[in-house]
Amino acid sequence: MLTIATGNKAVAAAVKAAKPGVVAAYPITPQTEIVEQIAEYVTDGDLESRYIPVESEHSAMAACIGASAGGVRTFTATSSHGLLYMHEMVHWAAGARLPVVMANVNRALGPGWNTWAEHTDAFSQRDTGWLQVFVATVQEAYDTTLMAFKIAEDERVLLPVMVNLDGFSLSHITQALETVDIGDFLPPYHLPHAVDTENPCVYGPMTFSNDYFKFRWDIERSMRDAKGVIADVEREFAERFGRSYGPTEDYRCEDADVVVVAMGTLGKEAEVAVDLLRDEGIKAGSMRLRWFRPFPDLDLAGREVVVIDRDYSFGFGGVVAHAIRSKTGIEPYSVIAGLGGQEVTYNDIAGFVRDRRPGEEMWFGVSEHV
Amino acid sequence: MYEIRIHSRGGQGGVTAAKLLALAAFRDGKYATACPFYGAERRGAPVVSFVRIDDEPIKIYSQIHEPDLVIVLDASIMDVVDVLQGLKKNGTVLLNSAHPISGCNGICRHVDLTGIALATNLVVAGSPILNTPVIGALAKMGVVSLPSARAAIQEMFSDERNVKAAEAAYEELKV
Amino acid sequence: MSAIPKEEYLYKCTSACAGCSSSLCLRYVLKAAGPDTVLVVPACCTSVIQGAYPGTAMGVPVYNIAFAAAAACASGMSNALSTRGKKTNVIVYAGDGGTVDIGIQSLSGAFERGTNFLYICYDNEAYGNTGMQRSGATPLGARTTTTPGGKPTAKKDLDRIVEAHNPPYMATACSAYPLDLYKKVKKALSIEGPKFIHILAPCPPGWRYPTEKTVEIGKLAVKTGTWILYEREFGKLTINGPSKTAMKKPAPLEDYIRGQGRFKNVNPEILDLMRQQVEQNIQRLSREEAGVC
Repeated sequence: MLTIATGNKAVAAAVKAAKPGVVAAYPITPQTEIVEQIAEYVTDGDLESRYIPVESEHSAMAACIGASAGGVRTFTATSSHGLLYMHEMVHWAAGARLPVVMANVNRALGPGWNTWAEHTDAFSQRDTGWLQVFVATVQEAYDTTLMAFKIAEDERVLLPVMVNLDGFSLSHITQALETVDIGDFLPPYHLPHAVDTENPCVYGPMTFSNDYFKFRWDIERSMRDAKGVIADVEREFAERFGRSYGPTEDYRCEDADVVVVAMGTLGKEAEVAVDLLRDEGIKAGSMRLRWFRPFPDLDLAGREVVVIDRDYSFGFGGVVAHAIRSKTGIEPYSVIAGLGGQEVTYNDIAGFVRDRRPGEEMWFGVSEHV
Repeated sequence: MYEIRIHSRGGQGGVTAAKLLALAAFRDGKYATACPFYGAERRGAPVVSFVRIDDEPIKIYSQIHEPDLVIVLDASIMDVVDVLQGLKKNGTVLLNSAHPISGCNGICRHVDLTGIALATNLVVAGSPILNTPVIGALAKMGVVSLPSARAAIQEMFSDERNVKAAEAAYEELKV
Repeated sequence: MSAIPKEEYLYKCTSACAGCSSSLCLRYVLKAAGPDTVLVVPACCTSVIQGAYPGTAMGVPVYNIAFAAAAACASGMSNALSTRGKKTNVIVYAGDGGTVDIGIQSLSGAFERGTNFLYICYDNEAYGNTGMQRSGATPLGARTTTTPGGKPTAKKDLDRIVEAHNPPYMATACSAYPLDLYKKVKKALSIEGPKFIHILAPCPPGWRYPTEKTVEIGKLAVKTGTWILYEREFGKLTINGPSKTAMKKPAPLEDYIRGQGRFKNVNPEILDLMRQQVEQNIQRLSREEAGVC
């Protein structure tokens, strides 16, 4: 069905289509619309699911862990402080190999209070064992949430997936949305290690180094296998529903001398900057990183790279710039921009490219090269 | 690309007007994006929303700084906000008022949306509803088609008075 | 005792300390609950007692979960199993630290939401698993590794906190009265909604008494009125047998204190305060049972 929706409502619509057995969530701006919409679906009978209105995000993820292990598809949504409050359980969900899907509406962290877009919240969970994907349109939020369930529940993966969308600049904007009849795209939930009183097992007991080490390696092995699974699921999604995305969305990169690497809505706006720069005779391209964990293989050899980080690792640098540097060996021009919802236009992005100084870092709006 | 900035006060329906407009444009077969700009959410505080309409997919998420059209749902905002800021040369202003605006260097339109809402008895919790009649006025200005305006309103609201108010605004606005 | 099934769900290969009363309680809890049961266990002594991977002493599924998260995890588990049409018992088996301190928020949330599960707090009145640090459940005057001079404040009244959630069933129990515990678990599991059982579980290394005295110390806690056995069904209070006698004519508090190294340095003023607390508690529950408020 063709309609319009906000990014939040698109996520909720995908959850409705995925029919989770349990949704456990706690409201937080700018994610609240997702859980409100799901609560409404459940109340109206449009979604046959248990909505557990937990008393905190820590409990939201704990309840998702219990439900997922209890044998049903499980979803939650959060943002910013909520994500950080559940941090302990975010690790636990991955370590317990549970295919929970979570929407994280990217938002800055206090103090001071700031409800606008930033990616620091998601990156603070980078090393938890969750797959992380960042979307940039309302349609992509819907499609990716649907695919997230299939990827997470694949027996080659069995890891949770975090779908990230920019607070307000995607969560609250309205764009066209085509919802689909998913048919049998999502198979019935099957967790090989679901709790079963006929076959009593102990989950997560004391585990000594040698075994613990094997379990950690197994997470990494699945993370590596996940790249292939993501590709398979995207291919199937494209065949069934006609839309595909890829690990990165590359725009006019083939012959580009300089490539802008960014994530979320800034990565989409960068395409407009690329058109502007091309009109000026600068052979620019843009690469929007969709998947951050597992980190995709990037082909940037021989290009100059401008990385826009909507995040920062204090005492080190931009998280994405660091990833690009270590994975490609390219020394990028690192731009720190958009923190706390700072306005960054396509004109600004074009400016970053024109004034690029590879190897340096620039804090946009602070006018300081470091 | 056609870029619209809507000025209103929190609770007056500026955000919903933006969504309605995007939906109507979408029903016209165009691409559209509605972006509310959220500050601290308070009733009565000045707020802005943005709508972009284009024949191509819209990739811009930042705010609109040089609008083609400025809509002012509450004239009292003009005392505290420069609603004309960045308005394109030959841009248009649509003001909710029974009287014309002065000092506008572009094309100025005015229509009494509040009066229309009151006459249609389109009042919720003591406040006249402005977001549906304004879509009628925009249809008259050719931003969206009248059938799409009607369809969008009917998709989002079941109360037929919304369509009536939009039609009244369509009739009343002079172009 | 003949009513208690012979089947064991806690095998004789636990990693419990000698004289551990909480593992004794778990044995009876599982006998009462039977095989269609999932145990949710936060960080506590039971994390260790159950044994280390790949071995286990447990005959029912055990879901280990982070310290603060047991009741919330059980919420999800309970909802998941019931949507799958299962009647499986979901039982949280948590220590006092994971209940009265770090886990009280998730406990409160799960009870307020009416989660269908049984929450059992086995209370050894300190963080036993980490070597006896004080918890909110540590009683006045008790020495722990973080209250070397004796705890200056009273034990948190967990039962009145739980009672404020109006659960359909709540009870106290003590490891020295296993048949009473068994019956209470049976009854609790026959009722829909959030149920709560608070077990006093004496701990030889933590309370500093000889291992063979575990049952005796538990009985003294009840006989002195320090620990009162009762049930509260849909708000209606019933004092249970052993405590009925104890409340009428409690044994001297010193009988309970004397044998425990943790109370060694309690001075007469503290002892007097402890006595007052016992009396107040007895009076409050007696009045309530008699219908006098």
